[in-house]
Amino acid sequence: MWKWLHPYAKTEEAYKLSQTLLPWFGISALIALVAGFAWGLLFAPADYQQGDSFRIIYIHVPSALMSMGAYSAMAIAAFIGLVWQIRPAFMTMIAIAPVGAVVTFVALFTGAAWGKPMWGTWWVWDARLTSELILLFLYLGVIALYKSFDDKQQAGKAAGVMAIVGVVNLPIIHFSVEWWNTLHQGATISKFAKPSIATEMLWPLLISLFGMAMYIGYVTLLRLQNEIIRREAHRPWVIALMREDKE
Amino acid sequence: MITRRQKRLLSFSAVILIFGAAVATMLYALNQNIDLFYTPSEIIEGKEGHTPAVGQRLRIGGMVVPGSVVRDENSLAVRFDLVDTGPKVTVVYEGLLPDLFREGQGIVATGRLEGSNVIVAEEVLAKHDEEYMPAELAEKMKGIKHVNPNATSAGY
Repeated sequence: MWKWLHPYAKTEEAYKLSQTLLPWFGISALIALVAGFAWGLLFAPADYQQGDSFRIIYIHVPSALMSMGAYSAMAIAAFIGLVWQIRPAFMTMIAIAPVGAVVTFVALFTGAAWGKPMWGTWWVWDARLTSELILLFLYLGVIALYKSFDDKQQAGKAAGVMAIVGVVNLPIIHFSVEWWNTLHQGATISKFAKPSIATEMLWPLLISLFGMAMYIGYVTLLRLQNEIIRREAHRPWVIALMREDKE
Repeated sequence: MITRRQKRLLSFSAVILIFGAAVATMLYALNQNIDLFYTPSEIIEGKEGHTPAVGQRLRIGGMVVPGSVVRDENSLAVRFDLVDTGPKVTVVYEGLLPDLFREGQGIVATGRLEGSNVIVAEEVLAKHDEEYMPAELAEKMKGIKHVNPNATSAGY
């Protein structure tokens, strides 16, 4: 059943696959981000309560949702690496980690900038905010643990275990606004019920969300290719590839 | 016969499950302490059988009663009532109020209980809901007139 996946366990095939996917991710990220941000920031109507200040939602929500999406992807990669010991899996894990960390930081930063005028504070030790901060620390922990080993196979295992253990934080982040009385409001779009946002505000949000996902995928693929090249620099196929590139 | 791979799969899945269960029970235990949060009726009628003592630090969340906001003319001192479904609680505060502070708006205040129904707040935070819509739609659906959030913050 899994036969069609097996070739990608080889770094060379993984490299080629990301080479094929790269332009698709890049182009759709560019189009969706420009369209989503321009529509949201310039043309969507102002909110009845918050006026124009609510427009930061078009950056805050995509980065916050994707900080969790990237973490799940990283944890899945780590799990595959640990159980099936496939080489590109740990490389994918460490390719995602810094991207996810940056996106988490963006989510926290835009959240603080939004919270100051609207809530009256940059930061509260609210369950949602705190668990998102822990997510940032988890990303940083995975990166730090990976860097602290010289043997990269060993590094992948250690960081992978940490990435998997950190998964418990994801449902905590998501449900924090339901389980506790938080200052942060409840979910607007990531729920089964109808989104509680007007349609003409929702569309640019969904497009920015898609663009953010594609952008993360794009940067991750680039980083994965770099990681493969760095680790396999002595392999004949990499040397051949570099020669090809020069000509 | 269990292969080494299956063994790894089992042991890692077990680690995740056990760790998840540990965190879940921890959170459950913490649940009673994590929010010293009361609504106005919980302060007066008690929450799970006990009323907060006078002098206790707590957080209160409720809706600002329309018409109850009294500002001091010479300072930033302000006094207003909060309500949820039952009795009102008065909040006394001195400082800047957030943009979203309006009559009828849900807010959260942190402070000390000074009397059975008076709280001296150190911090007042406005909470908003998860709904976003343009002003015209809000007026049509809810009958809410658009209020420019910057209008209330003319002082700073």
